[in-house]
Amino acid sequence: MFHFEVVADWIDTLLLSNMPQWLALAIEFVLIGILILSLYAVLALILILAERKICAYFQCRLGPNRVGPWGILQPIADMVKILLKEIISLNKADNRLFRLASFMVIIASLLTFGAIPFDKGLHAIDFNIGVFYLLAVSSIGVVGIMLAGWSSNSKYTMIGAMRSGAQLISYELSCALSLMTIVMLSGTMQLSQIVEQQAGAWFIFKGGVPAFIAFVIYLIAGHAETNRGPFDLPEAESELTAGYHTEYSGITFGFFYLAEYMNMFIIAAVAATMFLGGWQPLHIPGLDGFNTVMDYIPPVVWFFGKTFFCVFLALWVRWSFPRLRIDQLLKLEWKILMPIAFANLILMALWILVF
Amino acid sequence: MFNKLEQVFSQLANAEISNKDNVYTIVVAKENLRQAAETLRNNDIVRFDFLRDIIGMDYTDSLGVIYNLSPSEDLSVIVLLESRTDDRENPAFDTVEDLWLSAPFYEREVHDFFGIRFLGNPDMRRIFLRQDWRGYPLRKDYDSSPIINPIPLENEDLDSLEYLPVLDLKDIDKERKSVFDKGDFVVNFGPQHPATHGVLHLRVSLDGEVIKKVDPNFGYIHRGIEKICEVSMYHQILHLADRLDYLSGSINRHAVCMAIEKGIQLEVPPRAQYVRTIIDELTRIASHLLGWGAMAMDMGAITAFVYGMRDREKIMKIFEKTCGGRLMANYSMIGGLMEDIHPDFQKDVKEFVVYMRKMLREHHILFTGNPIARGRMEGVGHLTREQAISIGATGPVGRASGWQCDVRKIEPYAAYDKAEFTAVLREGGMTFDRYYIRLDEIEESLKIIEQLVDNIPEGPFCAKPKPIVKLPEGEYIQRVENARGDFSVYINSRGDKFPYRVKFRSPSLVLVNVLKHIAPGNKIADLIMLGGSLDYVIPCIDR
Amino acid sequence: MTTADFKDNEYLEQYVEQLREGGVNVAIAKLDDIINWGRSNSVWPLTFATSCCGIEFMSLGAARFDFSRFGWEVTRNSPRQADVVFCFGTIVHKMAPVLKRLYDQMSEPKYVIAVGGCAISGGPFKKSYHTVMGIDQIIPVDVYVPGCPPSPNAIIYGMLQLSRKIKVQEFFSLPKQPKVVEHLDNPIEVVKYV
Repeated sequence: MFHFEVVADWIDTLLLSNMPQWLALAIEFVLIGILILSLYAVLALILILAERKICAYFQCRLGPNRVGPWGILQPIADMVKILLKEIISLNKADNRLFRLASFMVIIASLLTFGAIPFDKGLHAIDFNIGVFYLLAVSSIGVVGIMLAGWSSNSKYTMIGAMRSGAQLISYELSCALSLMTIVMLSGTMQLSQIVEQQAGAWFIFKGGVPAFIAFVIYLIAGHAETNRGPFDLPEAESELTAGYHTEYSGITFGFFYLAEYMNMFIIAAVAATMFLGGWQPLHIPGLDGFNTVMDYIPPVVWFFGKTFFCVFLALWVRWSFPRLRIDQLLKLEWKILMPIAFANLILMALWILVF
Repeated sequence: MFNKLEQVFSQLANAEISNKDNVYTIVVAKENLRQAAETLRNNDIVRFDFLRDIIGMDYTDSLGVIYNLSPSEDLSVIVLLESRTDDRENPAFDTVEDLWLSAPFYEREVHDFFGIRFLGNPDMRRIFLRQDWRGYPLRKDYDSSPIINPIPLENEDLDSLEYLPVLDLKDIDKERKSVFDKGDFVVNFGPQHPATHGVLHLRVSLDGEVIKKVDPNFGYIHRGIEKICEVSMYHQILHLADRLDYLSGSINRHAVCMAIEKGIQLEVPPRAQYVRTIIDELTRIASHLLGWGAMAMDMGAITAFVYGMRDREKIMKIFEKTCGGRLMANYSMIGGLMEDIHPDFQKDVKEFVVYMRKMLREHHILFTGNPIARGRMEGVGHLTREQAISIGATGPVGRASGWQCDVRKIEPYAAYDKAEFTAVLREGGMTFDRYYIRLDEIEESLKIIEQLVDNIPEGPFCAKPKPIVKLPEGEYIQRVENARGDFSVYINSRGDKFPYRVKFRSPSLVLVNVLKHIAPGNKIADLIMLGGSLDYVIPCIDR
Repeated sequence: MTTADFKDNEYLEQYVEQLREGGVNVAIAKLDDIINWGRSNSVWPLTFATSCCGIEFMSLGAARFDFSRFGWEVTRNSPRQADVVFCFGTIVHKMAPVLKRLYDQMSEPKYVIAVGGCAISGGPFKKSYHTVMGIDQIIPVDVYVPGCPPSPNAIIYGMLQLSRKIKVQEFFSLPKQPKVVEHLDNPIEVVKYV
C-alpha cells in the first residue's frame, strides 16, 4: 500500500540535506500552508457543487448544468463574482469586530481542518491530544458567529447569534462525549494512532453497540454544530432572513459560506476518522483475498469515500426535514442526546471490560 | 328561520326592513346604529355573530356604512345593516369593535377610504395608506392628482403609527398612545421578508424568543382596485378580480361573473357551469398545493415546497392548453366562458386526478408523517370555534376549528349541486388541523372533478350578453368559496354602464387578524409557521 | 412576430466587437472577459415579490422550469448578498421607499429586472391613485420582461438577456452602471387619473 508518508519524508530529507534546519522548516511550513489553503478552497467548491446537484436531484430538478460540462465550473463562477463584490461597511456597527468575525469563523474551521489525517503522514498537525485539540479549536467558530451577530447591530442577526450560542454550546457536549467513547476504546487521543488501531477492524465494528450509538449521536450533534437544517436556527432563512450573516456582503459573506460547507466536511471527516477507520481500507477477518483487493484502493480514496458518504447523509437529512423550534432543539440535546451519551460512556466501559 | 328573524327584527327600533331573496336590508338612523348592532349580535333568538364585512359608501350627498352580517348557524341569511350621515366634514358613527373581533380592521379600512370615524375605537390609524396621505380616495370627490400625493422616497416613520384614542370627535388632537411600550424589543417582519407571503409588514414585540404582541401593517400592495372598478365597465372589472387573490383567481372571477349575470338575469348554459366548476376546483387544488408547500418551506422543508410546485405544474399545463393563461386563466366571461374547452381537456384532467391521488400519499409520507413536522404543528396556535366565527375566519381555517362555513354547501352555485362531496370538518383548531384539512380538501376536490368531468353537457359554452352591460339599479351580492374562504362581491349599481361602488370581501384580511390573536405566547418560529398555516394572500387584503 | 426576430440578440456582442476593433489591451480585455464570465454566470436573485408574478418566480425555482440550470437558484434573502432584484409585481406608493432602500442596501454590482406589466408601467392598475407607474421612476432597470404575469419561459429569457448585458460590461475601464435617480423633477407623466 502506498502511503503519502513516503513523499513527505522524501521532501523532508531533501530539504534538510541542502539547507540549514530553520530554513527547511520555514519552507515546509509555507508549503503546508499553501497546500492546506488550496485544498480547503477546492474542497469547499466541490462541496458547494455537490450540494447544489444533490439537492436538485432530491427535488426532481437538474441543478447547474450550463457553466462547463455538468455545471462543474459553476462554483468557480460564483467565486469570481463574490471576490469582486462590494464589501459594505455599516454606519452604526462596530466595524472592527464586524470584520474580525468572518475571519474568526474561517480560522476556526481552517485550524480544525489541519488536524485531519488524510493519509498516513498526510496531516498538518498530529498531537498526542489530537481529539482534544479538534474539539477546542472547532469551538472558536461560535465566537465568530456571536461576534458577527452582535457587531452587525441588527435585530435579526442578534437573534440569530443568541440562538447560535445556545445551540453550539449545547451540542458541543454530546459531540465531545461521543468522541470520548472512542477515546476510551482506543486508549489514545492521537488521531494518527486512532486510525492505525483500526487496521484490523474499524471502531464502529470493534466497539459494537456502544460505538454505533456513539456514531449516531456524533452524526446528530455534529450536524447541529454545522448549523445546517434541521438545526439551521441561527440562519433560519424563513424566520431571520439570513440570520447572523444578514449584514455581510461580498467576500466577508463568502467566508461564512465557505466555512459552513467546510464545517460539514470536517464533521464528516472526523466521523470517518474516529468511527469508520479513516484512511484504512475495509478488512474482514478471514477473507484474505478480499482484504488484498481492498488494499489496492489508495488510502486517500478510502478517506474521501467515507467522508463523502457522511456528507451525503448530512445532505439527505438537510433536504428532507423541516426545522426544529428552539425549545425542541434544546430539549433534544439536554434531555435526550446527552443522557444517552453519558449512559453510552458507561456502556463502553463495560464493553471494554467484557470483550 | 323566517319567523325567528321576524322576532329579532321586531326588537329593532325605527328600522326600515326590506327583503330580497334571503338578503334583508335594515336601514337605521345613525343614533340607533349601535343599539341595532347590539340587538342583532346579542339577542337570544338568532345571534348574528359573523360580521362578514363593513362596506363604506359615498352617496355623494351623504356618507354611509353597511354592515354585512350573518348568523353562524345559517349562513344563507344575509343582513345588510345600513346607516347614513349627512356630515361630510366630520362623519362619525359609533364603534362596534367590542361586538365582533373582526370589526377593528374593517372600521380602520372604512376610515382610511372614506374618512369616517368610529367613536370609541381606540385605534383609528390608516390601515392601507400612509399616515401622511392626503384625502380619502374612495370618496367621489377625491382628487387623485399626483401633485397632492407624490411618490414618497422616504420610509414612513414607524413610531408615528400610534393609537388615536378617539372617544369623542373633540379628542382628535389630544395626546396619543403608542402601540408598543417604550422598552419593548420590536422586530419588523416584512415588508420584504421571505416568509410573509408577500409584502405584509408585521411589527412584533419579543420577550426573548416569545412573542408578546403582533401589530400588522398593510397597504404595501394597495392598488386601489375598488376605485378602478368604479371607472371600468363590467367586462373590465373581471380581470381585476383575478388579480386580487391570484392563487384563486378563477374563482374570484367566477364570483364577479355570477354577480353581474344575476343583475342582468342572464342564463348561463350548463356546459359553462360544469367547466367553470371544474376549473374552480383545479384552481383550489393548485392553491392548496402551493399553500401546503409554502407552509412546509416556512418550517424549513424546502423539498416539500418544490414537490408541491411540481404537482401544481400539472394543473398549470391543463390551464395552458384550455385557457391559454397559467396563473391568470382569464377563462370565465359574463355569460359563460371565453372559449370552448380543449379537445384533450377531459383526458388530461382524468390523468391528473389519478396522478394527484398518488402524489397526495407521497406528500403525507414526506411531511405529515415527519416527527419534526408533527412536533412543530401539534398543540400550537389554538383557534376556538367562537373566535373563528367572531373574527370571521372562513374557509379551511374556520373549518379546521369546527365551523361549517363552506359556501359550496350552504348556497350551491354553478354545478356544485350536481356533485357529491363532503365539506371536510375538523374539531381541533390547531395548526396541524389547518394543515391537514387542506390535503383533505384536495381529495374532496378531486372527487368533485371526477364526478363532473365525464358529464360535461354538450351545447353552447357562452350566452352572449349585450356588448355594453348595464346593471339595473340595486345592490348585488354574490358569495363564492375560494381557496381561502368566503369571497363576496358587492356591487351597487345606479343603472349606469359603470358600477357605482364595488366591494370585495377579502377572506385573507381576517386571517391576519387571526394571526394577531393566536400568535402571542408562541415563539418566533411559530409565528412564521402560523402564517403559513393560515395561508393568506396579501394582494387580496390590500386590494 | 416570428421566431427569427427573437434570435436577433447579438447586438450587444456586436457592439462590443465594434468598440474593440480599434485595438485593446489584450490582458485587460481577457481579464474583463473572465470577470464578466463569472459575474454573468452567477447572478443570485433577491427573494422579492410583491404580488402575482411572485408565484411565477416560485414556479421558476421548481421542477418544470428550474432556473438552477443557469446557476441562479441561490436565492438570497438578505439584499447585501444578492446581485439582482427581480421586481415581481406592482409597486405602490407605500412600497416605493422600501424598494428604493432595498436597492440601496444591495452591494455593487447590482442589477434590476422589472417583471410584469405593473413593474414596467403600472400595467392593469395604470388608472389607480396609489400605483407607481413603473419602477424605473424609483430605481434604474436593466431588463424589462412584459406579461401579466409573464410565463416562466419569458422570465428565463429576461434573465439570459441580463446575462448578455453583464458579459459586455467593462470592469477595468469606467463602470457602465446607470446612476440612481435621486430626485424626480417631473413627478409623473399625467395620465387619466381616477
